[in-house]
Amino acid sequence: AHSAEMMAMNSTFGADASFNAGMPNASMQGGYGRPAARMPTSQVEHPKEQRFSPYENNGGTCLALAGADFCIVAADSRLSAGYSILSRTTTKVGQLTSKCCIASSGCNADQVTLHKLLKFKLQMYQHQHGKELATPGIGQMLATTLYGRRFFPYYTFNVVGGLDENGEGCVFSYDAIGCFERLKYTVSGTGQALIEPLLDNLVDYKNTDKKPTVARSLEETLELIKDIFASAGERDIYTGDFVDIHIITKDGTRYEQFALKKD
Amino acid sequence: MTLIHLDDDYLIWRSFDFQNYWRNEILSIQKKIFFSIKKTGTTIAGIIFKEGLILASDTRATNEEISCDLNCEKIHYLAPNICCCGAGTSADTESVTKSVSNHLELQRLSTGRESRVQSSVSIIQRMLFQFNGLISAALIIGGYDFLGAHIYSIHPHGSTENLPFIAMGSGSLASTAILEKFFNNNMDINSAKNIIKEAVLAGIYNDIGSGGNVDFCIIKKKTLEFERNEKKQNFKKTSGYFFHKKDSIRIRI
Repeated sequence: AHSAEMMAMNSTFGADASFNAGMPNASMQGGYGRPAARMPTSQVEHPKEQRFSPYENNGGTCLALAGADFCIVAADSRLSAGYSILSRTTTKVGQLTSKCCIASSGCNADQVTLHKLLKFKLQMYQHQHGKELATPGIGQMLATTLYGRRFFPYYTFNVVGGLDENGEGCVFSYDAIGCFERLKYTVSGTGQALIEPLLDNLVDYKNTDKKPTVARSLEETLELIKDIFASAGERDIYTGDFVDIHIITKDGTRYEQFALKKD
Repeated sequence: MTLIHLDDDYLIWRSFDFQNYWRNEILSIQKKIFFSIKKTGTTIAGIIFKEGLILASDTRATNEEISCDLNCEKIHYLAPNICCCGAGTSADTESVTKSVSNHLELQRLSTGRESRVQSSVSIIQRMLFQFNGLISAALIIGGYDFLGAHIYSIHPHGSTENLPFIAMGSGSLASTAILEKFFNNNMDINSAKNIIKEAVLAGIYNDIGSGGNVDFCIIKKKTLEFERNEKKQNFKKTSGYFFHKKDSIRIRI
């Protein structure tokens, strides 16, 4: 359809060897070396398919960060549609087991359903095996669940964080159809491009020469995450309102809420 | 400068020249090059009270989904007694208001009289209609001339309205709701300022295209006061982070 439109434009000016990329023929002069304005006066229409789209991006940012013996999973709580705020207090973080949390941004409907589905599967595992599924196993299970819908994906950008069997922090990041990787930290959602470089520098000390000798404690990491979300909330219009922070340690999961700007 | 040069420029200016618009269409279709324009997804409002009028705006400028300017100025100067709030594409509102403010100054020098609000509205309306809505500037013009206080709204295609209170921009629905509920004729300055501040704040909190602080412009018979950042948002204080210097760049091959 596009080439047909270009051909139509060609015939308006006359086929010419110097006709380049559909631009007006530069050799037609009018006034002081300016090409004459001989474009068609009506807009060129080509057929447009109108269709219902089952997907909608409701915005939001999710973050997971692993420490030596803890893991923090955080997400903002704003639900948006277009330029409106639908809710300031939605939950994007789901607690799957006592040692694992999942946070998803993207389409809210898909996120809610996916979290429900994972909880069903984990309950079934618990009944069949008499114990909770460990975090690396949950990571694998989510990947297979997402790939099961390869041709009508869940429009969610997930991060899974928790403690593995050895008690170390463990973070998995996913794309929409289930490609996953175990990492030390990850971000997903509308604020990803704003936060990821910051984490690269401050958590992984990439592109620096001096690395501090002492690793960050849990409290320092918590302060870091609050500052990061405050900065992302300033610049990203879809991030704001509150941050739900789940802190997973060997003693269980602690919940904290941090207020962001509401504009 | 020869006369011919002037005439040719004048002729080119007077005809509809949509070349860049067509160039942009072709680039986006054939070469898949898309220009992202800085928009002020905005809340602007104007209200008339007993002694004059107040214009107010938020201060966020967005580039698609990131706010690229957290404290930009949306209230522009047109004349010593006229101000203009602009919503829509930033470049368009800036260039339209600059060109009209220069035009009005020349008019004032040539006639020796103060500018009238209606004349600035007519000039802008004519220009916007000529460009067929392609200049995406939605403006609220307010001023106090010898006929009294007026506010006009101008839409990108060139239609104008003269009303006692107006809100424009993406947050205009939230603002208009507040203005409709609380507006009265012949208010005093404090209640008018409160009402318009609440209207712009409604836009700031309920519309994600608007945010930041509130700016005011209060125009009375002989005075024009510009209050910038009347409401400051709370900024979280941090202890600060130390970003280590890079002495050399290491490339892993």
